[in-house]
Amino acid sequence: MRLVAVDPAALALGLTPGLPLADARASVPDLAVFDHDPGADQRLIEWLADGCELYSPMVAIDAPDGLLIDITGCDHLFGGEADLADDGERRLRRIGLTVRAALGYSPEAAHALARFQTLPAPDEGTAVKRLSVAALEVEAEIETGLRRAGLKTVADLASRPSALLAARFGKSTVDRLDRLLGRSDSRITPRRPLPALVVERRFAEPIGHIETALAVLAELAGEAAGQLGERNAGGRCFVARFFRSDGAVREIMVETGLPSRDPAMLERLFRERVEMLADPIDPGFGFDMIRLGVVRVEPLAADQLKLEGGAVAEAEVAKLIDRLSIRLGRNRVCRFAPQDSHIPEQAALALPAINGAAPVPWDKPASGEPPLRPIHLFDPPQPIDVMAEVPDGPPRQFRWRRERHEVARFEGPERIAAEWWKLPPGKQRLTRDYYRIEDVRGRRFWIFRHGLYDRERADPAWYLHGLFA
Amino acid sequence: MRESAIPLAALKQHIALLEGHAHARVDRLFTVGAEAIDVKLGGGLAQGRLHELVTDTRENGASAAGFALMLAMRAAPAGLPLLWLRQEADEKGGRLHAPGFAEIGLDPARLILAVAPDSRTLFKAAGDSLRCAGLGAVVIEPGRDGRRNDLTISRRLALAAEQSGVTPFLLRIDAAHEPSAAQTRWTVKAAPSAALAANAPGLPAIDIILLRHRGGPDGLAWRVEWNRDQLSFREAPLSGAVLPFSADRTPASGRHAA
Repeated sequence: MRLVAVDPAALALGLTPGLPLADARASVPDLAVFDHDPGADQRLIEWLADGCELYSPMVAIDAPDGLLIDITGCDHLFGGEADLADDGERRLRRIGLTVRAALGYSPEAAHALARFQTLPAPDEGTAVKRLSVAALEVEAEIETGLRRAGLKTVADLASRPSALLAARFGKSTVDRLDRLLGRSDSRITPRRPLPALVVERRFAEPIGHIETALAVLAELAGEAAGQLGERNAGGRCFVARFFRSDGAVREIMVETGLPSRDPAMLERLFRERVEMLADPIDPGFGFDMIRLGVVRVEPLAADQLKLEGGAVAEAEVAKLIDRLSIRLGRNRVCRFAPQDSHIPEQAALALPAINGAAPVPWDKPASGEPPLRPIHLFDPPQPIDVMAEVPDGPPRQFRWRRERHEVARFEGPERIAAEWWKLPPGKQRLTRDYYRIEDVRGRRFWIFRHGLYDRERADPAWYLHGLFA
Repeated sequence: MRESAIPLAALKQHIALLEGHAHARVDRLFTVGAEAIDVKLGGGLAQGRLHELVTDTRENGASAAGFALMLAMRAAPAGLPLLWLRQEADEKGGRLHAPGFAEIGLDPARLILAVAPDSRTLFKAAGDSLRCAGLGAVVIEPGRDGRRNDLTISRRLALAAEQSGVTPFLLRIDAAHEPSAAQTRWTVKAAPSAALAANAPGLPAIDIILLRHRGGPDGLAWRVEWNRDQLSFREAPLSGAVLPFSADRTPASGRHAA
């Protein structure tokens, strides 16, 4: 076992990451050791990244222990770059973290300055040049090679022609140098794709009431609706993010089946969602900022009433589906699409109704036939005890839910084979023989024998799979 | 008697006005398709009114669900979607099978299924759905915890339906008969079908009893058969033999006439 990370006190005692635990214990007997938990580290950094979206929507995780924030165009909201960095440092220190913040013109420069800067410098360019070659974070041999060649700082490298450096230390070293010096363009990839439209409201004093927060959200919805209207567009997916002053971020999403820019409807949907939350939003010490992002935007022409009224009815239903989907969950309000499968339980696919009507039309059953498929289907099928005259014949009576049913009429079997072409070779599924059964009291059942008698099974089991009307 | 009938009607209209109905509405009716039954019902069943379908045992649940679907198809204007509200526990017991709906005659593309975690949420969703005039009909199937009929809830549903004109069907499987604000209450039971060739089970046949009918005759019983191709009921051949009630009660003699 080795040390993965050490705190400043341990570092002062000469312990370094990578040291075997036994060695560390030998030199510092009362060392406090904790198990390395990469998952918890990841969760923490993600939680912090969420909170840092307060400064800019462009936040990326610089694994394992860094955050990169693109503050281009955002610093004036905090009174300048330095004040923004101070604010961030203060908030992170408040929750007990050791922070090194640095500002740079490229992500790599900021990354290197935060980790390797030892001497203060008048400006960023000088600061980068004063960094040691370790800041390039190239492989250990190349770094040793650079040092042997007498190239100790970034400035030493910067003054040399890059072709020569590339020839001796490899192309990747030169690439890194260029990015560090800002000679080549590099950007961060934000964790979340940027919403198509963002409106936000920052508060001088944190607001501590959820009602106020929702009222602000309604205002934001109005603003977003106005902007969507100018673009002749509507949103399908809206995300509200509540930034709490202690760094926690709460995200609430609503979806609509049709593109929409109706502020009143959005407010209603958000309220509905907030009411349905299993753990309610806790304002804690208050929210610093509320941001509303429209994630999916689709074209939506200006409202026009249809004379025939058909579109109005459709829109009404779409609105109802939106509300029900929010209240019950999007997978609990569904429409059915036919599937190309003979296996009864796979014949229909329930799709969230909010995604719109199913694209594939259903086949009409042949006329003159009684219903051949049950209205209620048991999944999984229910085992039953069946008495049949011959093992591969139709059932005579059966017992289901502790009740005996005498078969009065039957039709079958309808043989449904397993989809052998989908199974891995060598694996076999049993064939099902389905019977439509009517008992003496008129109840209609759909039961099947699982496995062909004698060929697949010596004693096939029987199941009840569905009930007819 | 003749004179008193007129002020009574006027009074009714006045009360309707007080209750907020701008115009005393005449119910639009939908027929069930079997002529004899429609005549007895006085032209058919009312659209935009609550109809309650009850079975006393779970075994008749599929027949009751089928009857609800058939009536909903008769009630819904062509092409409008049908919403079916269920509870999660029931969905685990026996799922609604879309191909089976197609076999009854409904294009499953018209069906929207909503599954609620409990009866409170279910009835709230039902109330909202009934306010949506874009739906054709709504089938409300409360689960075990919602089987006890709450008069307030059924009144609320009936009121919402009256305003939008969407017809709700309250499907109560394995439940007792209790008072409700429904316009009609039916009890449903599976019935032996007329056998096809080779003694195969035939078209869906059910015994229905009209237990209660506001402002109409009740206590009527029929055995009906559903014809998918015409999307209509017809009286099953054996119907006459199984009538347990007198079918001759007229609105004038009924206690619900007033």
